[in-house]
Amino acid sequence: MSDLWRLTAHEAHEKLRAKEFTSIELTRSVLDRIEAVEPQVRAYITVTADLALEQAREADARYESGNATPLTGIPVAVKDLIVTKGTRTTAGSKILENFVPPYDSHVYEQLLKAGAVMVGKANMDEFAMGSSTEHSAYGPTHNPWQLDLVPGGSSGGSAAAIAAGEALVSLGSDTGGSIRQPASLCGVVGLDPTYGRVSRYGIVAFGSSLDQVGPIGRDVEDVATMLTCIAGHDPRDSTSNPEPMPDFRHYLGRDIKGMRVGVPREYFIEGMEEGVKERISEALRVLEDLGCEVDRDLSLPSTEHALAVYYIIAPSEASANLARYDGVKYGFSDHSGGTMWEDMERTRAEGFGAEVKRRIMLGTYALSAGYYDAYYLKAQKVRTLINNEFADAFDRYDVIVTPTSPTVAFPIGAKVDDPYAMYLNDIYTLPSSVAGLPAISVPCGLSEGLPVGLQVIGNFFDEGRILQTAHAFEQALGGANTLPDVR
Amino acid sequence: MSLTNDDVLHIARLARIKLTGADVDRFAAQLSGILDHFAALAAVDTGDLEPTAHPLPLSNVMREDEVAASLTRDEALVNAPQTEDGYIRVRAVLE
Repeated sequence: MSDLWRLTAHEAHEKLRAKEFTSIELTRSVLDRIEAVEPQVRAYITVTADLALEQAREADARYESGNATPLTGIPVAVKDLIVTKGTRTTAGSKILENFVPPYDSHVYEQLLKAGAVMVGKANMDEFAMGSSTEHSAYGPTHNPWQLDLVPGGSSGGSAAAIAAGEALVSLGSDTGGSIRQPASLCGVVGLDPTYGRVSRYGIVAFGSSLDQVGPIGRDVEDVATMLTCIAGHDPRDSTSNPEPMPDFRHYLGRDIKGMRVGVPREYFIEGMEEGVKERISEALRVLEDLGCEVDRDLSLPSTEHALAVYYIIAPSEASANLARYDGVKYGFSDHSGGTMWEDMERTRAEGFGAEVKRRIMLGTYALSAGYYDAYYLKAQKVRTLINNEFADAFDRYDVIVTPTSPTVAFPIGAKVDDPYAMYLNDIYTLPSSVAGLPAISVPCGLSEGLPVGLQVIGNFFDEGRILQTAHAFEQALGGANTLPDVR
Repeated sequence: MSLTNDDVLHIARLARIKLTGADVDRFAAQLSGILDHFAALAAVDTGDLEPTAHPLPLSNVMREDEVAASLTRDEALVNAPQTEDGYIRVRAVLE
């Protein structure tokens, strides 16, 4: 009974339905696990134990009355940029240290409707700007596989919580790889939905043409279940897609014979670790054994420009979005300046961390008079080029398969003072983000004892096919990763 | 692309972020380094390609203008650093 935190969400749901244990017992098991490992892992900014137990009691009543959903009574971690009424939401920033939202985000409303149990708000790089969770104002999260390593980022807390058994499933957000890269580095599954698949209402904004909320879980089935819960049209986000939405679990368990898999050669570049390359090569052979037609000679020539395009567009959008943090309406405020402008400049100087300031300034520069055409407009045109290459590729392939990250988890502190080295972590996740395409990272083995992730990119609104591919692959490897020993 | 300290101070002013002298030196070096990596974009042939502002072919999403529940005044003000008589208190904008 004490090891209930080891279950996947779908296993736990079956056992809750069979009355083998209650959600209160499951939630207590997860809260005990949090107490045991959180001092080492630090996956959370806020643990919401009392709320969780209250939600668990309600969940148990739903099982009694027979109206439980697959997520009823399941302990969930929620990234701390997802607004939750009455529960502090910091976005990993000092500037929102005391921000208690008066309303709920769409995705959290969906979790509440499903009867899920929120155990805490997960740590993250400040405003989701980072690839290691070291840029959190609340201190870094540690990788459960090896505690002196980063968990990836920016959704590092959401990924580490799953790998450490501190939640059964979680929500992260992905702007340029912030779900997939930490999922890869923590040996779990993470999915970045098609832009527009999930409402951004109540999500602290970073790059508005890029941001998407998505699920992280132990296995592909849990991720499909979470996506089904949070996806769908919401009139409060005019970019959310009005198309009818499938139950994504229907794509699981289907064979992938004849699936046309493109492998872009531009992704196999200098900087990719040998161990990562070996695992990806093996993964491609597994896909072939499953009947996929794998073409290793796909070319996406503009891939190399995705990094520059992203790191111009995302900071530009961020510089506009983060203008709202002025110390007037909410958040941290410094009144010592004597004038309005001086107050505002001091508030932002103290409230934002170094990486957020760097990105605001980069974006401000790219949008400023005299540089707009050379940077922002040019990046938007190259974005079109990248989109067109993906569109052509999806005429010939069903999915595109790549590594998720060029390396396994790296030591805390190794890249934190070298912004560009940190940006290079996202080199394989940025192109599909720029194009707005859905992509999933699924574990594909270990290199020197650390997890490697395989990325499967799909066409617009084709999450079904990437889930189908990832699920078949995961089952061929024998199911989800065993959880690491946190010590 | 090399940014001078004056450039950095100008950008920081536009972004309303107060910087210390050490900040200015550090950001000048770091931002210049990042911009150097972006220089290759200039050489990409984008011909007459249209810019992409947004990945989906959406424009002018309309809805009915209907009255619906929203935050109360107290709720809207709950996180404001300074309030007075149900308003947000700010410093004088005009001198």
